[in-house]
Amino acid sequence: MTAAVLVQLRDVVKEFPVQSRAAFGGRSERLQAVAGVSLELRRGETLGLVGESGCGKSTLARCVVRLLDPNAGQVLFDGHDISTASHAELGPYRRRMQMIFQDPYGSLNPRRRVGSIIGDPFEIHGIGPAGERRRKVQDLMALVGLNPEHYNRFPADFSGGQRQRIGIARAIALRPELIVCDEPVSALDVSIQAQILNLLDELQGELGLTYLFISHDLSVVRHVSDRVAVMYLGRIAEVAPSAALYERARHPYTRALLSAVPAFDPDERRAHTSVLLTGDPPSPLDPPRGCRFHPRCPRAQSRCAAEEPQLIPRAGDGPEHTTACHFPLADGETLSTDAARSVTA
Amino acid sequence: MTGLPDAAPLLEVHDLAVSFNTPDGVLEAVRGVSFGLARGRTLGIVGESGSGKSVTTQSMVGLTRGARITGQALFEGRDLLALPAAELRAVRGRGIAMIFQSPLSSLHPLYTIGWQIAEMIRAHEPVSAAQARARAVELLGHVGIPRPERRVDDYPHQYSGGMLQRAVIAMAIALNPRILVADEPTTALDVTVQSQILRLLRRLQEEFGTAIIMITHDLGVIAETAHEVLVMYAGRAMEQAARESLLRTPRHPYTQGLLRSRPRLDAIGGRLVPIPGQPPSLVAPPRGCPFQERCEWSIDRCSSTPPPLVDVAGDGAAHRSACWLPERGGAP
Amino acid sequence: MSAVPRIRGRGPWELAFERLRRDRAAIASVITILFALVVALAAPMLAQLTGHSPIEQFTETGLSPTGIPVGPGREFWLGTDGLGRDVLVRIAYGTRISLLVGVLASGLAVLIGAIVGIAAGWHGGAVDTFLSRFMDVVLSLPFLVLALALAALVGPGLGVSIFLIAFFSWASVGRIVRAEARAIREREYVQAARALGAGSARIMFIEILPVVSATVIVYATLLIPSSIAFEATLSFLGLGVPPPTPTWGNMLTDAMAYYKVAWWLLLFPGAALLGITYAFNVLGDSVRDALDPRHDQTIGAAGGGVG
Repeated sequence: MTAAVLVQLRDVVKEFPVQSRAAFGGRSERLQAVAGVSLELRRGETLGLVGESGCGKSTLARCVVRLLDPNAGQVLFDGHDISTASHAELGPYRRRMQMIFQDPYGSLNPRRRVGSIIGDPFEIHGIGPAGERRRKVQDLMALVGLNPEHYNRFPADFSGGQRQRIGIARAIALRPELIVCDEPVSALDVSIQAQILNLLDELQGELGLTYLFISHDLSVVRHVSDRVAVMYLGRIAEVAPSAALYERARHPYTRALLSAVPAFDPDERRAHTSVLLTGDPPSPLDPPRGCRFHPRCPRAQSRCAAEEPQLIPRAGDGPEHTTACHFPLADGETLSTDAARSVTA
Repeated sequence: MTGLPDAAPLLEVHDLAVSFNTPDGVLEAVRGVSFGLARGRTLGIVGESGSGKSVTTQSMVGLTRGARITGQALFEGRDLLALPAAELRAVRGRGIAMIFQSPLSSLHPLYTIGWQIAEMIRAHEPVSAAQARARAVELLGHVGIPRPERRVDDYPHQYSGGMLQRAVIAMAIALNPRILVADEPTTALDVTVQSQILRLLRRLQEEFGTAIIMITHDLGVIAETAHEVLVMYAGRAMEQAARESLLRTPRHPYTQGLLRSRPRLDAIGGRLVPIPGQPPSLVAPPRGCPFQERCEWSIDRCSSTPPPLVDVAGDGAAHRSACWLPERGGAP
Repeated sequence: MSAVPRIRGRGPWELAFERLRRDRAAIASVITILFALVVALAAPMLAQLTGHSPIEQFTETGLSPTGIPVGPGREFWLGTDGLGRDVLVRIAYGTRISLLVGVLASGLAVLIGAIVGIAAGWHGGAVDTFLSRFMDVVLSLPFLVLALALAALVGPGLGVSIFLIAFFSWASVGRIVRAEARAIREREYVQAARALGAGSARIMFIEILPVVSATVIVYATLLIPSSIAFEATLSFLGLGVPPPTPTWGNMLTDAMAYYKVAWWLLLFPGAALLGITYAFNVLGDSVRDALDPRHDQTIGAAGGGVG
């Protein structure tokens, strides 16, 4: 039986107004960063969200925690629709969901002391007498592996990895149920990444957290996630349990993405059939009709340009593995590129 | 020297050391690094923040202002570190070209791509504006930019990230340099674009015999592109070997730690084994082995004396590691 | 980014202060300003010492038989003006006015500008539009006409001067602070505060204000010399502090009639004005350099490794 659903996204759309250029004439004036996404996040799991730049994953993350307001669709937290809630109504929900940011240097106010930053959640929600707060903050610092005596230091005195720990301490202060991690380790050195990933893993066990883990790094996502969703140009291309996605990806884009990851096991490299996607990801300003991936897809046919594929189980998969593709890859099938297609951007 | 084939080395660096004066003291960015590079080969320099990997190559071409540099960097027989500024400028661009992580910082936002490439060419060669422009179009086509005769008149903001990096590469190879230094060229790019760019560099190397120094923190990039690898940490060389040798049998605890702490696409969950602690400060760096405080096998000698690079040749190929316990090898 | 140095625990303010301390130009300007402060405070003592009050007219000893002011000498160290008043003592008292008006007007302008700027920058939308247009209007108002009108209405004076100067200065501060607040609004630490549920007031006060304070302080320091010059202008036009209270401005007005025969009437007040203005400008520049956010990173800019 599937676990209880903590967050449900139904056809979420997020648009941004864009200056339309006269020369284009008739071009759409709104950029759809998220163009109709439906996902569910189950209690206690880690759902990985991968995609390249411009796919809308960060925008989607911000819609979940209501840092951005969706233009259409619904965001349900624990069954309650928070898509249009006002700032006041969101108050109690803010305590239950938090966010960790990518940039350890930008996510902390350089002019504030670390203890004060971590203590923010307590102050904002009026928790605990002021004297108690300091002790709580120091407990949090110890919990994430920081020295509690550095309470009065400024962020500049800490390294990137330590700053991320500060951000994590701030996020778990009020014992939220959901933490949205927006590329939490992308800006860190490799040897530090592992430390932070382990910390997040420990905390998940200790505090019963649910994670929405956003990253462009497939290896990291593979490691931390129970299920993975692949996003392309504002839509979800595929969702599957971690192992299934990496071993039996059905969507051509997922396959291409996986094959682009450098393999450093020498044996793996020999067996590596790298699929080359032509071109750069197109701009979300003027998305292709039908399946958004079809102009770059080696398997595209006329149906793909006309009809948008639904995100449903395909090729005999169970309900856990859904793919938005008219011609998904079957088990054991490899994706081959057209030999005549040139390698260009 | 690592894996040098029969050809005479294009570049030989001996005991390079670079330090800077900062208000907090002397920062020793590079502390005695040596390596060699031959025609048509790629040397991968891998390291994290503070390893000194970028400063190493920057100091060789005179991009480090106010630094104190010692050692030798012999490029085609001439010591770059002893050249007067004017001659060094001539070497930059023709002999050694550089591309950086952020293409936007190498390109002027207010001039067209074509103009910038043409200017670069005309600064070194006596050709007319029309000839230079034609060459620019040719180069853009060569690096895989579609419809180069039209894109040549575009401005940087009209190019996507991947295309910009290609344009920068075009500018770098315009004068057919013997060495191309690529400093984290794909770090800011999506993984699919990254693999295209790496392929492009490999193709150019095969075509023109350009030697490449690939600087990165990503072992995956190294795995895809490098022939020989130099692992740096806190300004020193930790391990030097041919790529296969390094990835198959890393001998230095730091390299082993790096490989172990990285999530793998084929791995199934489980705990990562991170390297505890963080890199040391480069102002008054530790006296002994810089990795000592984070190393699980350190002995007393490690904190007092820095270990020299010694041969630990496994499979016959040259493989050196700077560790007092060279037997500490084998599978990670 | 780079390796972490041994944690030193010096906050950004302390670091800025240390940089300032090492700046020789800053030290020189601070000494000059302190000297002016001392002179201002000691003005009564100076009056006592010389035996001349700032408004007393010494027609016997201070003017030549033909009514020309007397030059610097034993009796009047810096000479006298057209009415036989001691220039030195008057300059000293004038320092008080200048410093007082300079600091108060600048402080008031910066306070109003910061509040309006932060509010406009943070809220955006209608609030921003309204406040921005308001600032535009203020910046377009003709200062002279308004100054004359106001002076005619309520009569010239110290308070009016301070108010006028602050009124014409706050909008430029406001614009700059608004631009900065808008940029800060997009920073991740502000997003983090919003995600935590912080309200507007808290974000403006606790997140944005500390960051814009660096700009505000620099602006305040640089606004002082222009306020002083502004005051001198007002006095020169007769719209400032009314005579017989000496201000450098009205001393320069008086000098207009006599400078051909009494160079000291132009030189000394002029030099005082120039000196103080210059000192504050230099200090402002040094403060700006000291507070430059690029200095606030750990060692990494020069060290190896990639950012």
